[in-house]
Amino acid sequence: MSAFYEIANYWGVAILLLVGLHGMLARPNLMRKLMAMNIFQVAVILFYLSFAEKTGASTPVAPHGLLHPLAADFINPLPHALMLTAIVVGVGTTGVGLALLVSIYRRYETLEEPELLEKMRRENA
Amino acid sequence: MLLDAVPFQDTIGLAAQLIRRAMPAMVLIPLGAAMLSPILAARSPRAARFFGGGALLLNFFLSLLVSNLVWWQGPIHYHFGGWAPPIGIEYSVDAVGAMMAPLVAFFALLSFASASRLEKEWTPSHGGAFQALYLLLSAGLMGIVVTGDLFNLYVFLEISSLSTYALVAAGEDRAKVAAFRYLIIGSVAATFWVFGLGYLYALTGTLNMADMAERLPAVIGSRAAVAGLAFIVAGLAIKMALFPLHGWQPDAYTYAPPGAMPFISAIMAKVSAYALFRVLYDVFLKAGPAGEALELLGWVAALSILAGSVLALGQRDIRRMLAYSSVAQIGYVLLGFSIGNAFAVTGALLHMVNHAVMKSCCFAALGAFRAKTGRADVDGVAGLAKEMPWTAAAFTIAALGIIGIPPLCGFFSKYYLIRGAVQASAWPFVAVFGVSSVLGTVYFFRIIESLYLRSADQGAKREIAPLSVIAPALLLAGLVLALGVFSQDVVGNFVPIIVGAGGPS
Amino acid sequence: MNDTRPLWAVLVSLAAVGPILLSDKRPNLREAWSFIAAALKFGFVVSLLPAVLAGGTPECKLLDLAPGIALHLRADPAGMVFALLASTLWIVTTLYSIGYMRGGKSPHQTAYFASFAVCVSSAIGIAFAANPLTFLLFFELLTVATYPLVVHNRSEEAVRGGRKYLAYTFIAAQCLLVAVVWSTFLVPGATFQAGGFLAASGATPAQLRILLLLFMIGIGVKAAIMPLHGWLPAAMVAPTPVSALLHAVAVVKAGAFGCVRVLVFIFGPSLLREIGMDWLIASVAAATIVGGSLRALGEDNLKRRLAYSTVSQLSYIVLGAALGSPAAIAGAIFHIAAHGFMKITLFFCAGSIYTRTHYTEIAQLAGLGKRMPITMGAFTLAALGLAGTPLLAGFVSKWNLALGAIHSGNEVFVAILVLSAFLNFAYFFPIVYTAFFEGDKGETVRFDETHVAVWLPPALTAVAALALGMFPDFFWSFYTLAWTAAKAATGLG
Repeated sequence: MSAFYEIANYWGVAILLLVGLHGMLARPNLMRKLMAMNIFQVAVILFYLSFAEKTGASTPVAPHGLLHPLAADFINPLPHALMLTAIVVGVGTTGVGLALLVSIYRRYETLEEPELLEKMRRENA
Repeated sequence: MLLDAVPFQDTIGLAAQLIRRAMPAMVLIPLGAAMLSPILAARSPRAARFFGGGALLLNFFLSLLVSNLVWWQGPIHYHFGGWAPPIGIEYSVDAVGAMMAPLVAFFALLSFASASRLEKEWTPSHGGAFQALYLLLSAGLMGIVVTGDLFNLYVFLEISSLSTYALVAAGEDRAKVAAFRYLIIGSVAATFWVFGLGYLYALTGTLNMADMAERLPAVIGSRAAVAGLAFIVAGLAIKMALFPLHGWQPDAYTYAPPGAMPFISAIMAKVSAYALFRVLYDVFLKAGPAGEALELLGWVAALSILAGSVLALGQRDIRRMLAYSSVAQIGYVLLGFSIGNAFAVTGALLHMVNHAVMKSCCFAALGAFRAKTGRADVDGVAGLAKEMPWTAAAFTIAALGIIGIPPLCGFFSKYYLIRGAVQASAWPFVAVFGVSSVLGTVYFFRIIESLYLRSADQGAKREIAPLSVIAPALLLAGLVLALGVFSQDVVGNFVPIIVGAGGPS
Repeated sequence: MNDTRPLWAVLVSLAAVGPILLSDKRPNLREAWSFIAAALKFGFVVSLLPAVLAGGTPECKLLDLAPGIALHLRADPAGMVFALLASTLWIVTTLYSIGYMRGGKSPHQTAYFASFAVCVSSAIGIAFAANPLTFLLFFELLTVATYPLVVHNRSEEAVRGGRKYLAYTFIAAQCLLVAVVWSTFLVPGATFQAGGFLAASGATPAQLRILLLLFMIGIGVKAAIMPLHGWLPAAMVAPTPVSALLHAVAVVKAGAFGCVRVLVFIFGPSLLREIGMDWLIASVAAATIVGGSLRALGEDNLKRRLAYSTVSQLSYIVLGAALGSPAAIAGAIFHIAAHGFMKITLFFCAGSIYTRTHYTEIAQLAGLGKRMPITMGAFTLAALGLAGTPLLAGFVSKWNLALGAIHSGNEVFVAILVLSAFLNFAYFFPIVYTAFFEGDKGETVRFDETHVAVWLPPALTAVAALALGMFPDFFWSFYTLAWTAAKAATGLG
């Protein structure tokens, strides 16, 4: 049971990945696809933060007066910094995606993929 | 007098130092220009065009200087903030990077002038935004080429992707839907990259390519390393539009604004292929044998070549056909990497350059056709050779190049690839190259037939295509020939260095 | 020693393409460019002849095409035969084309003359290519340059013919590319060598057999060896000067010449025997000789009959090269020239008949011999020559081929040659008979030739065929060149 708890985070990562993937592939609504993509990205963030963790380590801020900080006593700060960047990138992507959805909705007045395809086909004919 | 005082060697050394220190500018110049361009465009579109063009010209010169320095004294590095890797982020350009950097800068410069001219109904602010995205894209692509840090590469990958989504969306109405699909799948690709990188980082504790190559051998046998590589390759395969992950590309190529296409079609997939090359050859192959992974990749590439060619056969829209043709052609590059001997890798790298020139030429010529008739399908270009003999000739030369007719450049990359495959006794791959060329003949000659042998549709609208659209096509067609005839100069200048620098043997 | 004359011989017609295209609106100037280039080219090629006859091989190496493989041109005896033929016939064909095209008010003449110039350049390049990669380069250039000629009149049928041509040649091109790459892999940096260069490659016989097959498929399509000949009759929709060019000067002849290069200069007679392929190739060639003649018998369209005659005749060359004895090789190389003069005469005549009467079927020719005596006289002479009548050029090559067959111990092929001669008579004689001895007796017949530019060329080439039959070394020294090459290839020289 303890083994399960140790890797519970990674189960979470896997579940989030699959939820995201399923949403992107199977959901007909474009907005849902975008949300699924966000979930997909969050899975990776969780993944990085999970392996940055160490048992019994604390936040990587050296208390004042500590002369010889040991790396083993602190969790790895780099993945956190990386994920900060990844979050920014994710926000950017979501922003562009939302802007696209707005302009798609203005043009076709729907975000349901089957309906959208139907409208595009009808226009083409 | 002043120059006499400084010994010649020192002058060279000083210049080398200056160029090395200017490396970040390769990214910063287009990035900065991207910020300023929309502001300038609101006041004077003309000034904004000159400003952006000037920035890209400067960048092209800088990248040439950097490449020359690399050819002259080997790989060069720049450490940000003075922090040496693996702690700091570094830019590093080796022989292959020295080939890619000017290539990116050249294509960015080439179609910039024509890019926003093709859309007549755009307001100046549209044009400014478009130029900003275009410059941002070239900054991102250049960043991928020069960076030596894997996470940094992810950031640049996303910069280039985000600007491409927006650029594609600037096309006709359907472009928005195409761009959204591209955004979803492109983000999946980038996420795959970070995910795979997570595995590798957890294993080695470093993000620097060179450092990771040193630390990987200790852990190369673990399943995590394999999983990491698999995710990275899958991510890049989406970006390169390898079959069956190519789905986004035909729509994006078809509906994007024609002005951006010579750049996007030439460089986007190549830069991803280059990233794959670095991961495979600079990080993984140095760490130990990755033969099985490479062989698997070879079959994926072969499938991509065949499927892309077959799918291209069925297209009436030339843009879509060219997109599928790219699916096949990027397979050539990957197949070369996978065969892995000196000839095949030479062929693959040469093909990145050659295909960029040829496909870009096709799109440039097509842009001119479309500016004239408003159509881009096989029937739409009927009889255009009479009215636009030069542009039609440029398209034909590029098409013959892709098919692989000597002495055009496509022939020579094919020669090296087949030579490598023969040397490796990889007969199925030899056959794949042959079949693909034959299929290429079929789909390209349909267009050539239409251009030259059919008579024009009288009712269609006829406008004069601007010179800024035709000139790049002609220049590129000249390059298709020149790169072919003088292919040995291209190969002779960068390939010995690649092969010598711990690459494949 | 870098003698640039072979290069100039190739480039001069390529350089003429630009001026030809730019003089689109001024036909006289355009044709003047063609003539100037043709004359210069002929001059360059002929100027190489003394050196080659003296045993030299003027050559020039230019830029590298691949590591260790230069763009390498070299005038050797065999190449000289083909180069002399092509450059001589280009002059005649240019004259004829002007008469034919203007007489028929044919459209797209500029494209025609430009493509023609590229074709001839490629043909000279193929003749002088010193290594397989250079050969391939010009061979593929020829493929592309011929396409506009095949689809010349832009009709639905022409486009279909063009597609068929492309399908055949481009599939073949891939085989040839692989074969060339493979051969450069086996023997890096090899140049064509009389007697072959693959003997020292260390490849197994099985590999060499596959390599040979790839080569023969790659080149055999152009040489129209059965069953790879399908495109040739389809390409007959092209105007007659194009057919003449295809058959006698450039395309099919380049294929036949390429077979000689492969069989004699890459593999070589002894290696060919060693891997047991000589007999197979010779048999396929023999089957094509007979099969082509039989198909020719069944055609009622004049040009199509001539096309199948070409299929049959060119396999003489392949047969000779495959048999591999000195006389056989000499006969094969001589036949490149002999067939060129005779077949071009026949096509010129067919075209000349067409411009005057618009007749295309053999039955329509009745009585034409009296209206067009020069044309039909030339036709008769050339037809007799192709069938192998003594005193005409065809006899010289067939005599040597028959000798060569006996020397190489394959007497059965002599029987094939005799059979083919009969078949030749069988399909040519009806044409001649119809023209001269049929037709309405009562009709008043008067001399009715077309323009001098149309009837003079076939007359000239027919006379040349006669001269070559009586003096095989007449002017071009074809016979000496052929024997020099054959002796070198078999180790007699």
